[in-house]
Amino acid sequence: MTFLSLTEQDREQMLETIGVDSIDELFEQIPVGVRLGRALELEPALSEPELVAHLNELASRNIDTGREVSFLGAGIYDHYVPAVVDAVLARGEFLTAYTPYQPEMSQGVLQAIFEYQTAICELTGMDVSNASGYDGTTVAADACYLARQATGRSKVVLTESLNPQVRQVVKTYAPGFGLDVVEVPHRDGTTDPDELRAAAGEAACVIFQQPNFFGCLEPAPDLAAAANDAGALPVAHVDPVSLGVLEAPGVYGCALAIGEGQSAGNYQSYGGPHYGFLAARSEFIRRMPGRISGETVDSEGRRGFVLTLQTREQHIRREKATSNITTNQTLLALAGLVHLSWLGPQGLRELGETCLALSRYAKERLSEAGLELVFPEKATFKEFAVRVGRPAKDAISDARAAGIHPGYALGRDYAGLDDALLVAVTEKRTTAEIDSLVEVLAA
Amino acid sequence: MKLVYEKSRPGRRASSLPRPEVPAAEVPEELRRASPPRLPEISEPELVRHFTALADRTFGVDTGFYPLGSCTMKHNPRVNERVVNLPGFRDLHPLQEEDASQGALELMWRLQEILAEIVGLPAVSLQPAAGSQGELTGLLLMRAYFADRGEGDQRREIVIPDTAHGTNPASVTMAGYKLVDVKTDPRGNVDVDDLRGKVGPQTAGLMLTNPSTLGLFDEGIEEITRIFHEAGALMYYDGANLNAICGISRPGDFGFDIVHFNLHKTFSQPHGGGGPGGGPIAVRERLEPYLPVPAVVREGEAFRLDYGRPKTIGKVRGFCGPFGVFVRSYAYIRSYGPALREMSEVAVLNANYLLARLKDTYEAPFDRLCMHEFVLSGRKLKREHGVTTLDVAKRLMDYGFHPPTIYFPLIVPEALMIEPTETEAKETLDAFADAMLTIAREAAGQPELLKEAPHVRPVKRLDEVRAAKQPVVRYRFEQHEDPQGAGEPRQLEAQKGA
Repeated sequence: MTFLSLTEQDREQMLETIGVDSIDELFEQIPVGVRLGRALELEPALSEPELVAHLNELASRNIDTGREVSFLGAGIYDHYVPAVVDAVLARGEFLTAYTPYQPEMSQGVLQAIFEYQTAICELTGMDVSNASGYDGTTVAADACYLARQATGRSKVVLTESLNPQVRQVVKTYAPGFGLDVVEVPHRDGTTDPDELRAAAGEAACVIFQQPNFFGCLEPAPDLAAAANDAGALPVAHVDPVSLGVLEAPGVYGCALAIGEGQSAGNYQSYGGPHYGFLAARSEFIRRMPGRISGETVDSEGRRGFVLTLQTREQHIRREKATSNITTNQTLLALAGLVHLSWLGPQGLRELGETCLALSRYAKERLSEAGLELVFPEKATFKEFAVRVGRPAKDAISDARAAGIHPGYALGRDYAGLDDALLVAVTEKRTTAEIDSLVEVLAA
Repeated sequence: MKLVYEKSRPGRRASSLPRPEVPAAEVPEELRRASPPRLPEISEPELVRHFTALADRTFGVDTGFYPLGSCTMKHNPRVNERVVNLPGFRDLHPLQEEDASQGALELMWRLQEILAEIVGLPAVSLQPAAGSQGELTGLLLMRAYFADRGEGDQRREIVIPDTAHGTNPASVTMAGYKLVDVKTDPRGNVDVDDLRGKVGPQTAGLMLTNPSTLGLFDEGIEEITRIFHEAGALMYYDGANLNAICGISRPGDFGFDIVHFNLHKTFSQPHGGGGPGGGPIAVRERLEPYLPVPAVVREGEAFRLDYGRPKTIGKVRGFCGPFGVFVRSYAYIRSYGPALREMSEVAVLNANYLLARLKDTYEAPFDRLCMHEFVLSGRKLKREHGVTTLDVAKRLMDYGFHPPTIYFPLIVPEALMIEPTETEAKETLDAFADAMLTIAREAAGQPELLKEAPHVRPVKRLDEVRAAKQPVVRYRFEQHEDPQGAGEPRQLEAQKGA
């Protein structure tokens, strides 16, 4: 099956217009020595029904969260995606447009990006947001690059309670950016502000996560203050669906707020594509990476939107650009905007309250059943760590045999936690499902 | 039209959520949100109409011809949207155990094998999120490779032709390398004499797009390869224009060590108004140890994730990369099979046909056949009639076409960079060519028609200078009077009965 539109007759007429006898002649500019000279060794073409059957077969060998009661989180969550998100994303105009370089052709997508930027600024308490980054890991690297350019300092401080994958990506980028990465250990599941203050001396930025990777609520205002005391930019890595109940980073003194957008509007999709968000105080607007939609007027005075501050960007500034990003995650960010609009302020708050209440219920039931919380003193949002009294991977195998995925094995990333599971409870879980989890883990 | 925030009315909502009968849990007061975010308060009917209206004001490949050069705006098959939404892919958690994600792992492994065959390099990492990130990943591989050989301090320079996409120099800076520009010769190839003087023991590598952004295959590629290999440097192939040569020529066979793919261009991941993309990279054996983790490997009949690469540069993105993009691109390639060659052939045929129809009216800076795209110059129209390439682009909108890429590459004055792709019908190409020829006549007779274009879009030309000088990049609630009080911060009703 191909997706071509030319007939044989079209081809002949076109070759005649070009003035060549065959398609092969068009390729004569390729030196003979570098032509392939054989067919690609690929499996034969599939018709559409055959293709669907093949992919159905592959998909059927995955256990998705519709086939197992899932308490897996650790950065990607089984939140409900409303039907309006699917409906909007299925619109071919959004799906098949590209970056709105020609604003008169793309007012719809430019306005949607502007509305998305506004939603992210409202959630985070910031003044400016870009049109999206790749995911929740790469926006952390972007934040470090911005902070390095803004402060002239090369040290960046990451808390150990920051998602391990986020830390890994920052470390991968660090040699190119000329960064020294320093990590601050957690103390019983959260970061000690005094320890952070000591580490933040001469640092460009400090990145902490709220709620952190263990699900615990950090003393975020104190961490931001500690970074500010040291002259480092405080950067909060936040979960968008927590921000109906948790304070906005802009309110407690952060310079930037970043995060993984998946919770708001995106399916889990085995890890992507999703969107990362990056928002900042207005003083950093000309150092932002990526696309930004801005309001202006047309020649008749009507409101319209354009990609703005493009002199930051690679297609204008080349090696002096604030980032190399061009293709971003606009469609996924649009999904985020639709989801957040569907929720509204009241829905976002209720979603947060439901996550809080259900995870409290889960923690209490697990404790009653004799399991020990890893950080019992710490407040949490939708995720928490619990000891299962044996290697976590064994508990996972047993629970899965009962149709439950009980969570993430924390020992994969943290020493001394081989018996701990990170359990995520979204609004999709029921008390009956939580009761089953307790039953299987307590067995 | 109104913003979604301007349609907001206190008390409206679209969402309904479960409210389980369990005790409420409180956030500690010092961490609790004091004032709610001013998200829209809107009903579902209003919400659907709002986004439908925005879609109506957006032009995609589904709407019409979109010959945006170097972006490969081809048709996006709908079967790909069907399969990516199968629950087994869509609702699969990335940390699901390997025995419960065999289908996903097999799909990624198969895609790796296919991509390796297409470019003639053995080892693939699917992880980079887009072409630019593929570039940066490739440069970080170079750093790691030379550091390992004790040449890290010596090899500090990356050579890039002056026709390169802006992402290449930007990636060079982000990788901590120094940029060396090389000129283009009168036939549109890399100027090999200029190149010779710029490559030596200080060179880490070359970044080359081939065919170039001029739409020309570099006729001196064998000599270029010789120069870099003799200098002990590596060669990076920017795959932005791979749509021209699938099944015809392979970068691995002509000396490149690292290649990135743009899955959203060549393999039809929909562009989504700006993304998502996918930027896998393929490398030669000697660079494989440095690739990002995890690798997707096959062991007998099973597939697993391998983190055992002690020399890895690390991770460049979360998990294994943008999986949904892999599903669509895999489906696309399996639809074609070995006929991918025909895809590239027709892409090149379509471009040459348009070039043939336009080159006598607009100036073609290089008198050659092109590959999958070509560049024209509007210099003559500017000189003779005072209309610019921007005016031509805006006038094309009135004829129902998305304009080409304009003012790029930088070395061609008043550039129009046109990439029709293989999926367009001859009638569409003819209609576009006719419009371009009509516009050239209008430029002579009624230049104001061009200068005031577009005439039929929802807005006329927008003031970009104002947007940049006085940036308004979010809705300013406080500056918009609203009798309904929408957008005013207020306290929400706390959850009851919990």
